[in-house]
Amino acid sequence: MSYISKPRVGHPTLQRNELGLRQRDYEGTISTLCAGCGHDSISAALIQTFFDLNIEPYRVAKTSGIGCSSKTPAYFLSQSHAFNSVHGRMPSVTMGANAANSSMIFVGISGDGDTLSIGMGQFCHAIRRNLNMAYIIENNGVYGLTKGQFSASADVGSTAKKGEVNNQKPIDAALTAINQGASYVARGFSGDRQQLVPLLKGALRHKGFALVDIISPCVTFNDHQGSTKSYAHTREHFHQLEQTDFVAPAEEITASSEGRDLTPVTLHDGSRILLRNVENGYDPRDQAAAFAYLKNCQLRGEIPTGLLFIDENSIDFHERNNTIETPLNDLAHEDICPGADALANMLGRYR
Amino acid sequence: MSETTPQRVNDFVVKLANVNGTGSASANGLLMKTIFRMGVPVTAKNFFPSNIQGLPTWYEIRVSKDGYQSRTDRIDLMVAMNAQTYADDLAEVAVGGYLLYDSSWPRDRQLKRDDIQLLGVPLAKMVNQKYEDPRSRILFKNIAYVGVLSALLDLDLAVIDQILDELFARKPGLLEANHQAVGLGSDYALAHFACPLPIRVEPMDKTKGHVVIDGNTAAAMGCLYAGASVGAWYPITPSTSLMDAFKALCERHRIDPETGKNRFCIIQAEDELAAIGMALGASWGGARSFTPTSGPGLSLMGEFLGLAYFTELPLVVFDVQRSGPSTGLPTRTQQSDIIAAAYASHGDTRHVLLFPKDPEECFYLTVEAFDLADRLQTPVMVLSDLDIGMNDWMCPEFKWDDNYRPDRGKVLRKKELESVDSFSRYLDVDGDGICYRSYPGDHPRGAYFLRGSGHTAHAKYTEDPDEYTELVDRLSRKWETAKSHVPEPVLLSRKQAMAGVIAYGSSDSAVQEALDRLEEQGVPMDYLRIRAFPFNEQVDEFLAGHDRVFVVEQNRDAQLRMLLLNESAARREQLISVLHYNGFPMSCDIVITRIQAAMSAQGAAA
Ligand SMILES: Cc1ncc(C[n+]2csc(CCOP(=O)(O)OP(=O)(O)O)c2C)c(N)n1
Ligand code: SF4
Ligand SMILES: [Mg+2]
Repeated sequence: MSYISKPRVGHPTLQRNELGLRQRDYEGTISTLCAGCGHDSISAALIQTFFDLNIEPYRVAKTSGIGCSSKTPAYFLSQSHAFNSVHGRMPSVTMGANAANSSMIFVGISGDGDTLSIGMGQFCHAIRRNLNMAYIIENNGVYGLTKGQFSASADVGSTAKKGEVNNQKPIDAALTAINQGASYVARGFSGDRQQLVPLLKGALRHKGFALVDIISPCVTFNDHQGSTKSYAHTREHFHQLEQTDFVAPAEEITASSEGRDLTPVTLHDGSRILLRNVENGYDPRDQAAAFAYLKNCQLRGEIPTGLLFIDENSIDFHERNNTIETPLNDLAHEDICPGADALANMLGRYR
Repeated sequence: MSETTPQRVNDFVVKLANVNGTGSASANGLLMKTIFRMGVPVTAKNFFPSNIQGLPTWYEIRVSKDGYQSRTDRIDLMVAMNAQTYADDLAEVAVGGYLLYDSSWPRDRQLKRDDIQLLGVPLAKMVNQKYEDPRSRILFKNIAYVGVLSALLDLDLAVIDQILDELFARKPGLLEANHQAVGLGSDYALAHFACPLPIRVEPMDKTKGHVVIDGNTAAAMGCLYAGASVGAWYPITPSTSLMDAFKALCERHRIDPETGKNRFCIIQAEDELAAIGMALGASWGGARSFTPTSGPGLSLMGEFLGLAYFTELPLVVFDVQRSGPSTGLPTRTQQSDIIAAAYASHGDTRHVLLFPKDPEECFYLTVEAFDLADRLQTPVMVLSDLDIGMNDWMCPEFKWDDNYRPDRGKVLRKKELESVDSFSRYLDVDGDGICYRSYPGDHPRGAYFLRGSGHTAHAKYTEDPDEYTELVDRLSRKWETAKSHVPEPVLLSRKQAMAGVIAYGSSDSAVQEALDRLEEQGVPMDYLRIRAFPFNEQVDEFLAGHDRVFVVEQNRDAQLRMLLLNESAARREQLISVLHYNGFPMSCDIVITRIQAAMSAQGAAA
């Protein structure tokens, strides 16, 4: 058997979105990940996100590297285009696809191994280019697919399943991204979909590089006592920097989302992210302050979640590069080939 | 060394020995261009170190009324502007030849030879009297020796002036100074030497309809005309100037007149892994894309080349070959990536290669490379080399047919997708191993999941042994199809040929000249110039028709010979290697002596 088709159980009450699509139209094939794997919860959150945002699946390009996490594009949006590339190189493939057709919505799925080791260079450079994409790290502190080696996000003192203790300092994806100048940085937890979905929505609507670093426990290799990426440890140590709501451009800010400590952050397309109960006056628009605050949290072993940083004036790759808005793959040959006379002229300097 | 004949009109070699970073390149280019504009066939080779300033560099100009473009082993006139290399430069001059040096200081003790003529010109002294600032003094010393040579070689001063006018049209101050410097040199030569020398230039009419251009610029023009819109790269000599040229061309010819925005996207990647990843992503996205590199970059691209092969995405990779890894000879030429390119990556992979022989073919084969990649849905590598890519060659002007439209191969776009019942990305509908593809974002029916080797005809995940076998066997079928698509070899037969010769790429010029000489000596040979891998029928026919075939190439391990033994009907004892691999372009003399030696050894054995 080569293709597991998903049993589509009809459910009359299933809600339709503005496109007339049901949530199941955003689903993928049945996951082959371990039962309870955090990555599956992220796929579910993505399904809800795309459904809520009324995005046509075929307008989405899913890209990924290699790992359990990088397999997940098969498990959501089966009607979208996808490229499961090679280990650590998802950013470059996404960059190229985005260059060919900037009109699509790009979502890249990676793991902590895929991003923070083999793919560290491409990750940093995608940030540097402010490539317009949502970059999702399904972060479990281990290499799941190769059976549980520590990854670069493993904390000092965290133990492997067989007891080995990690003694190398972790690379924090969110801190790295803020430091590199990423224009949207969020952190979530696969076990908290309510917080995650608005963060994903913001990432998709943000124009520029949007990182969502999601703690996503690996039940098979890193969910034991002593691991700092287990469900239990994450539940105990994560706290929301702020509560987040996503408000689409046309929507009114309703009474329920109003409040005293309300900070609205506006995205490029007019959507807003509403931040409430913000911790200690934390300002996600202040890069230096955000970095310092988060660095301190890291040293204390805390896992702050929420929208960590946003540059509301983000200028993405194409804007900076002055690329035409028409997708390059749609340009007519006459528009890009200068023709015979021009060639004769061009050769003038070589005569 | 042969003696310089009393009169060698339009048939001689001038070599200029300079110090890197002293601005000699423009002076030397001026010399070459002048000869070309006088209607006399000319080529130039630049031998430069991996250095920005200070190390020795040479520029070799061959004037050939017969239009030969390869190097010969004789140097008729050496312009020795680098005291560091005096000894070698002096030794290289052919008996009866000339050496021009700067006599501003007492003559160097090394400069002593009785069988050639030494021509001393106090260049430094002359320019130092005329110009104040140190940079001008260095630059105009070069222009002054152009003036000296104009008198010695009987160059047309009006042509030199015209070229200078064009070069400095926007810098009148510099223009005047350049004219002066030329005059300074020519006046001195006319007053002190018997001008012109027996080696000299006489106007001809043989360069009309030709250009002098390097292969990287020509390839960039090919990319522009083929409609490539995404290029990604990481700088590496000798491929860098390809993207530099593409960028300049795009900035001139690809700006949207209404919005002023770019109808192209060039990305300087963080390394070659990213460069090819971007090119591949763009290809998936539906744009024509490419990445230029050289050997070290090609090695880094290995993993992605395999993925491109298995996912069946078109892609054009330029490998402007250079010598060996890392430091050492990165600025020297070789044809040494043949095997690395043909079988690049892990797993069962084979790649289409094209071998342009000069800038003209860089232009045309580049366009063909894009069409082939699209038709075959696979990477196509254009293997040129430093000699082709960075040296100025004389070639017929490129022509363009305005009726050309890119052949994007089997692509279903929105309209087609709307009218088909179903779409399966890897279903061999036509039986030629080539399936239909779609671009992301065009239509819901075109959506599919792209992954490495484990996919079914319907682009679904599989680890099934039969389905995998079916996939790789279909790729073999596609490889067979490719044989009838790739450019045919070029056959040059001679009456009563005594053996065959196979060569490719930049070796062509040396081989052509060598075969003319050998024919004069009563050793006619047939010649097949291979232009592509996979090899097609003509290659097997040629092999079948010749008991002995000399395979000429510029690498140590006889890489094309290896490929022929592996991929054609060639027999081991049938193929005799003629190899040259010291990093400099091959001379025709090497081909002649190696073939002669092999022939007489065989003759003795027979
Ligand atoms: C070039 C290369 N090297 C090594 C591997 C083996 N490999 C596959 S997945 C993986 C690690 C994945 O870790 P992570 O990205 O954290 O994903 P997870 O499985 O934890 O979700 C490695 C090393 C590979 N596929 N390719
Ligand atoms: S090994 Fe870990 S990461 Fe991989 S599927 Fe299982 S639980 Fe998830
Ligand atoms: Mg992991």
